[in-house]
Amino acid sequence: MTKRAKSSKSKTKTPRARAKARARRMLPKRGRKTAGPDALDSFVDAAAHTLDLKIEPAWKGAVKTNLEMTLALAALFADFPLPDDAEPAPVFAA
Amino acid sequence: MDTAWAHASEIAAAVSDGRTSAASVVDGALTRIAKHDRALNAFTAVTEERALAKAAAIDAERARGRRLGVLAGVPFAVKNLFDITGLPTLAGSKINRDRAPAARDATVIARLEAHGAVLVGALNMGEYAYDFTGENVHDGASRNPHDVSRMTGGSSGGSGGAVAGGLVPIALGSDTNGSIRVPASLCGIFGLLSRAHTFPFVASLDHVGPLARSTRDLALAYDAMQGHDDDDPVCAQRPVEAVAPLLARGSEGLRIAVAGGYFRAGASAQAQTALARVAAALGVTNEIELPEAKRARAAAYIITASEGGALHLDRLRTRGRGFDPAVRDRLIAGAMIPAAHVAKAQKFRRWYREQVLALFAHVDAVLAPATPCTAPAIGQRTFVLDGVELPVRANLGIYTQPISFIGLPVVAVPVPLQPLPIGVQIVAAPWREDVALRIAHALEQAGIVAVTRPSPEAAA
Repeated sequence: MTKRAKSSKSKTKTPRARAKARARRMLPKRGRKTAGPDALDSFVDAAAHTLDLKIEPAWKGAVKTNLEMTLALAALFADFPLPDDAEPAPVFAA
Repeated sequence: MDTAWAHASEIAAAVSDGRTSAASVVDGALTRIAKHDRALNAFTAVTEERALAKAAAIDAERARGRRLGVLAGVPFAVKNLFDITGLPTLAGSKINRDRAPAARDATVIARLEAHGAVLVGALNMGEYAYDFTGENVHDGASRNPHDVSRMTGGSSGGSGGAVAGGLVPIALGSDTNGSIRVPASLCGIFGLLSRAHTFPFVASLDHVGPLARSTRDLALAYDAMQGHDDDDPVCAQRPVEAVAPLLARGSEGLRIAVAGGYFRAGASAQAQTALARVAAALGVTNEIELPEAKRARAAAYIITASEGGALHLDRLRTRGRGFDPAVRDRLIAGAMIPAAHVAKAQKFRRWYREQVLALFAHVDAVLAPATPCTAPAIGQRTFVLDGVELPVRANLGIYTQPISFIGLPVVAVPVPLQPLPIGVQIVAAPWREDVALRIAHALEQAGIVAVTRPSPEAAA
């Protein structure tokens, strides 16, 4: 599917369908540039550095695979349309 | 009396009447554990001394003419993430073996013992409860009593194996995403998920509950556990509402529907047969859809991974090699999730809760599969759901996650298919454990759901 086809299609869709299509596009797939293997490798390295986590070389593949799966799941709801003032489930009570 | 397979309610009645003694019941349980746990690997500690002392105290009370509790002399065991006085609380890990022994028992243990139950040990579980398989790299896998080459399901794997294998009539487990309901399904026993109590893995989602071989035992254990816990800031502030006396009301007049859509996709023939059998027995033809259940499951997954990663971050920094690799690599990935996803998941969660709660204006309970399939083989890494090959560890809970995500009470009921059992979830509105238990009890009375005693050959 080309970029053009995607954008022209999304114009005719409802907000929810549009979000769904966007979520689908965010799913990491083989050959997709936005979340390709190299970008995620760099992300894992940077996140490990930021979190002060030492990831041994033998673990890295599995960490990346898990993160890839986790981000794919996040993409399922990331663009689900909710208003800015939607409250989160946990609410602090003073 | 065959205390190996007796229900807790029967044991307590016999001990109270003097037909047997607590000491002989507990001795029987300890003997069975010594004999069969080598095959089942359900226990990580046996608290023999305290169990015998407690049993003797119960018998002494009876001798003095005191009235005994509703669980008098009933042996029980707990997933090893509950504090037991004098033992380090392992939570399935090697790292926690360095912890100081717990100074006192978890509140729920004390409550069950206050009703006469007798703690006989701690049970195997998936490391830090981040698991649906019942496997554990440090302690070895919990084994399914119906076929010891198969998984118990997890993470309350030892709880499933100990109850299904006849070692104890009641075990406590915990359920963040399915960790009571998955082993209940794969081991063919009853399990109750309630919001009444919590434990730390994923503070947003954790629940504590019993696994048992009858609905009455489930209700008795739940009633004994109820009540606010001053030590637990997120424990529900609810008055105690005993459910055991309500079981006999049956399912008459209750509006029940089967969950469609997401809960139909990916289910094996066995899962569908079990669900159809339960629905038919209840005369249910109505189907409803829990809106956006697939997204709900994804959001539950993200919150779990993120909070789990945060909880264990320091241990991941300093003791990465001490973890089960399968757990560690998921926790590290969880710690790396962008915060925006977690915040969105929590907002989505409230939206989803409102949609699902609206359904309960039209129905009192919803039926759904508990697991997509019967027990996979120990060591099996992937299975095929709906034509897609997926990791077993992360996906045995696809039908349980969208339910616990919003804290609905569930009774998992065992449908005795051959050669392996499988569970069905009975989901009720918040704080209507009684509704789910009444339906489960009616199905049990009708013989549609039942715990099958494993053949001795299965444990060979």
